[in-house]
Amino acid sequence: MPKDHGIGASSKRREDVRFLSGRGVYTDDMALHGQTYAVFVRSNVAHGRIKSIDTSAASKMPGVLAIFTGEDFKDVGGNPAGWLINSRDGTPMREPKRPVLAHGKVRHVGDAYAAVVAETYNQAKDAAQQLADDSDIEELPAIVDMKKAVADSSNRVHDEIPDNLCFDWGWIEDNRAAVDAAFKSAPHVTTLELVNNRLVPNAMEPRSSIGEYNPGTGDYKLTTTSQNPHLTRLLVAAFVLGIPENKLTVVAPDVGGGFGSKIYHYGEEALVLAASRKLGRPVRWTAERTESFLTDAHGRDHVTKIEMASTKDGEILAIRTETLANVGAYLSNFSTATPTFLHGTLMAGPYKVPHVYVNVKTVFTNTAPVDAYRGAGRPEATFSIERIVDKMCRELNLDPFEVRRKNLIQPDQFPYTTPVGLVYDTGNYQATLDKLIELADVKNFDKRAAASKAKGKLRGMGLSTWIEACGIAPSNLVGVLGSRVGLYDAATVRVNATGNISVMTGAHSHGQGHETVFAQIVAEKLGIPESSVEIVHGDTSKIPFGMGSYGSRSLAVCGAAMTKAVDKIIAKGKKIAAHMLEAAEGDITFEDGKFSVAGTDKAKTFGEIAFSAYVPHNYPLETLEPGLEETAFYDPANFTYPAGAYLCEVEVDPETGKVDIASFTCADDFGHVMNPMIVEGQVHGGVGQGIGQALLENTSYDENGQLLTASYMDYAMPRADDVPFYTVDHSCVTPCTHNPLGVKGCGEAGAIGSPPAVVNAVIDALHRGGHTHVKHIDMPVSPARVWSAING
Amino acid sequence: MHNFDFVKPATIADAVKALSAEGAQALSGGQTLTPTMKQRLAAPSLLVSLTGIAEMKGVCMGDDGLSVGAATTHATVAKEAAAHYPALAALAGGIGDPAVRNRGTIGGSIANNDPAACYPAGVLGSGATVVTNRRRIAADDYFQGMFSTALEEGEIVTGVTFPVPEKAAYVKFNQPASRFALTGVFVAKFKDGVRVAVTGASNNGVFRWAEAEKALSSNFAASAVEGLTVSADDMIGDLHGTPAYRANLVKVLTKRAVAAAQ
Amino acid sequence: MTKVTMTVNGKAVSAEVEGRTLLSAFLREGLGLTGTHVGCDTSQCGACVVHVDGKAVKSCTMFAADADGAQVKTIEGMNNPDGSLSVVQQAFQDHHGLQCGFCTPGMVMSSAALLAENPKPTEAEIRHYLEGNICRCTGYHNIVKAVLAASGQDAAALAAE
Repeated sequence: MPKDHGIGASSKRREDVRFLSGRGVYTDDMALHGQTYAVFVRSNVAHGRIKSIDTSAASKMPGVLAIFTGEDFKDVGGNPAGWLINSRDGTPMREPKRPVLAHGKVRHVGDAYAAVVAETYNQAKDAAQQLADDSDIEELPAIVDMKKAVADSSNRVHDEIPDNLCFDWGWIEDNRAAVDAAFKSAPHVTTLELVNNRLVPNAMEPRSSIGEYNPGTGDYKLTTTSQNPHLTRLLVAAFVLGIPENKLTVVAPDVGGGFGSKIYHYGEEALVLAASRKLGRPVRWTAERTESFLTDAHGRDHVTKIEMASTKDGEILAIRTETLANVGAYLSNFSTATPTFLHGTLMAGPYKVPHVYVNVKTVFTNTAPVDAYRGAGRPEATFSIERIVDKMCRELNLDPFEVRRKNLIQPDQFPYTTPVGLVYDTGNYQATLDKLIELADVKNFDKRAAASKAKGKLRGMGLSTWIEACGIAPSNLVGVLGSRVGLYDAATVRVNATGNISVMTGAHSHGQGHETVFAQIVAEKLGIPESSVEIVHGDTSKIPFGMGSYGSRSLAVCGAAMTKAVDKIIAKGKKIAAHMLEAAEGDITFEDGKFSVAGTDKAKTFGEIAFSAYVPHNYPLETLEPGLEETAFYDPANFTYPAGAYLCEVEVDPETGKVDIASFTCADDFGHVMNPMIVEGQVHGGVGQGIGQALLENTSYDENGQLLTASYMDYAMPRADDVPFYTVDHSCVTPCTHNPLGVKGCGEAGAIGSPPAVVNAVIDALHRGGHTHVKHIDMPVSPARVWSAING
Repeated sequence: MHNFDFVKPATIADAVKALSAEGAQALSGGQTLTPTMKQRLAAPSLLVSLTGIAEMKGVCMGDDGLSVGAATTHATVAKEAAAHYPALAALAGGIGDPAVRNRGTIGGSIANNDPAACYPAGVLGSGATVVTNRRRIAADDYFQGMFSTALEEGEIVTGVTFPVPEKAAYVKFNQPASRFALTGVFVAKFKDGVRVAVTGASNNGVFRWAEAEKALSSNFAASAVEGLTVSADDMIGDLHGTPAYRANLVKVLTKRAVAAAQ
Repeated sequence: MTKVTMTVNGKAVSAEVEGRTLLSAFLREGLGLTGTHVGCDTSQCGACVVHVDGKAVKSCTMFAADADGAQVKTIEGMNNPDGSLSVVQQAFQDHHGLQCGFCTPGMVMSSAALLAENPKPTEAEIRHYLEGNICRCTGYHNIVKAVLAASGQDAAALAAE
């Protein structure tokens, strides 16, 4: 019988009631007295020198209150990169300033170089168009292709960076000679060049920000679409505008999805604050969808050559990769970490690979900044590894299931130290593979293939066994790796006098269901109903601190902080109970919401203890403060390592090249699961995005740097009829060894494990159909590409 | 978008009169025009909504075929034409999505003549007659290339009359993002011959595939098309498919449409 | 300016609007009914779907003036009279058919329109009907399940879990 409440129960989400009734409050839903509207003037060329901006006509237009250009922000700070990466030769990365508004040059289509604030949106829009017409921007040759960018020093995204290279990173440089030697003596080497396609995150809620300055107090408030309000506060306050941190509140209310794109601070947030200070009125801005396409941080965009050395029977001996990673025109906050420490460190996958070397060159181009998008670096690593394992199997005529099984780290080998710097704490990769083979009914594949053939379709099956590093994470480790921030999290558990509870979490929920799941955990631990626990998030004035939600970290890091704070509450409760029950503290036990004296029937309920803490008439005031509120910060000892095995079956229409997903099966190990319903939903969503990357989504710039896929007319989002029902399982559990809940994180898994399974399935289908000349098709594996591959 | 005045006349005569004003533009379902205006790519000073004109709405079967009022939504055609002309109803039921079909109209679609729209294939493939406030225009004369039609200044489509074939089918291959036709083929078999109209594929907009019509007129079977080749010259090449790919789709979808029409 | 009068969620409303005022903007800014969301500019995403005279339409692609005289229903009008969730809404909660909630109002309005037309849709019919509503969170699995359940079908069995 499944649990109906607390940890492990599929509690229905409490937040759904407001969302389903139209009562969610997203940033753009807020109407403020005296509000004004900002509209940005954005470059329509990819690369250009700003020669002049004549504001005279626009400033006289109806309703116009203020105009800002790059000149207004040239003396304030830039939006910094969060990670400092050194090149192989020890030199630090090149870090050009990312200003609030472009100054001197515009560097990608959509780069904002001016902003208009007016009484109404349409007035601001009209004046912005006038300002665009009155701007003289000399178009320069666009730098779009990464290979050309590093080869041609005459054309520069940033004048001070001659080769357009941010850094040239080797991981791990000291291992390079041994890796090269392993390749020299290897019986077989498989080589694959591939593109990990650039994606636009496309949270359904466009970015939106409201700045409010209170001239009476000098306080600022930024309401914004953020996964990470404290980081935004830190960046705006300390780095960009120079506002004291204690004079700035950042609120992230209901946020309509993020997937990484809303982790970062963007210039629009600084602009609305600065404009509000100037005008003394609220200033609001909401992106149109095309602005989102042009300016939200994109994801992926790697060009990789991967080589795998193996024996003739498929034992992996070494992996070597060379990657060009696009960072776009400016460094977004995590853009230097994504292709390096979230990618290179995963390049051993779940396998016993003795030798691995990863080289990543990050390249500036005249395109939108690229940063972490669901999975961030780990999908790129997984795709490269799982594609080349499959190619190796084909070259050596080996069974892809058996080759993977042979190479997987064995359950008794944990903790396992990889050659790329990670220590996997626990796992059982055989178990998830076995579970997958059973759930996906692999043994009857041939029957299904025959049925497909009868319809004129080619059926194929593709496998992926993958691992990720999540719960991003230990400050000491990320500090060594170049992070400029700590990556702990924090929570406050406030027991109110009447015994109900408010929990303030640093994690921010924008679809993950924290308001429900976190309450389940607290309720279980305190033996009280879930309805007595309220989760508060997304407001820096209410929450102690937090590093936000991304990297599948909310539960593993913030959930752990919350658990620690609850433990502190229980510990204090025991002290109060000992006093009230006239017993020794060591004799007090806490179970099912009751503090009892061990071996007696003397007990106090949780509510009685809470009341006593706030009405301390019978209370150990000489040794204990009244009140019942605890805060904990938690900084884990390691990343967590969710892992799993995915299988995709496709049907390919050989006449049109259209690929249909016939089935998709996931066997995951997420450690302990707090709410199965929500975990399954996270996997569904991740797999949906992974199928999108594999089959549909393509971000395409032409040679002039114009974004050809700047709306849903050309950027293919997965729709309901593009995907099947998924089969998901999380019954294989190896609990994380170093966080109190034993959880690993599940938010990114689907997006990480699925793309190679889809592409492997397509290649398999084509081979089974006799098209054995097709070795690889780059994503998205669109009908036209499949057809060309078949007929090429 | 730029501001404009909005009127919603109740008769064709009033609509035509309103449209004679400088900067006036007809608004039918608005499913294409509205997004275009948001992008400021169109900026009429007066929008004349045609959706309030009762005489331009409805589906009715008559001696000369199935008449569809220009302001009839795709959803209505999908429902009400089903008994009379199932292939046309199916075409209408596959345009856009349900919300788009509840607003978009046949008149709006063929007046715009988007090279990837479905209706032009149905109208041309059926050999239908486009009725305007001034005249009747044969489909073969009406479509004049991408976004171009025989309509003159001040002329609006008021209806379309479709002869009903013995057999017909429309097969559409979706552009994966917009869900417009990457290529769509409408095949109609009449007593005196077969018509094959192709949308989505050509730089010249909807067109008839004469060779296939000839082959299918003597043998209405998918195999009749097998030996034909489609030239990739003048086919659209974009992110979603090369000219050669579209040429392939023309043939594949024609075969499938013939099979579906059996 | 044009005067428009319509009934929104059962209440008569009347206002002067500019020609360019979209129905979505009229609902959100004019009436404060912010449950209707705007997620794109090209009539693709479906977050803005409302019912006009009983039919699902994209309110970001219809001018308020064109809705003069119409009966409009938004997500705020979907709850039962006692405030509880209606059958479709409840099925979305029961089957976890939403995550961030942004596409949800449009998804619910489209699903309700589907069920009005087709009380027992198949999985394929549901997926086809919802092609004009984009969700980035759920991978659609639980949305389709929710609609099956709202139609009284055994969603768990049909989703082969």
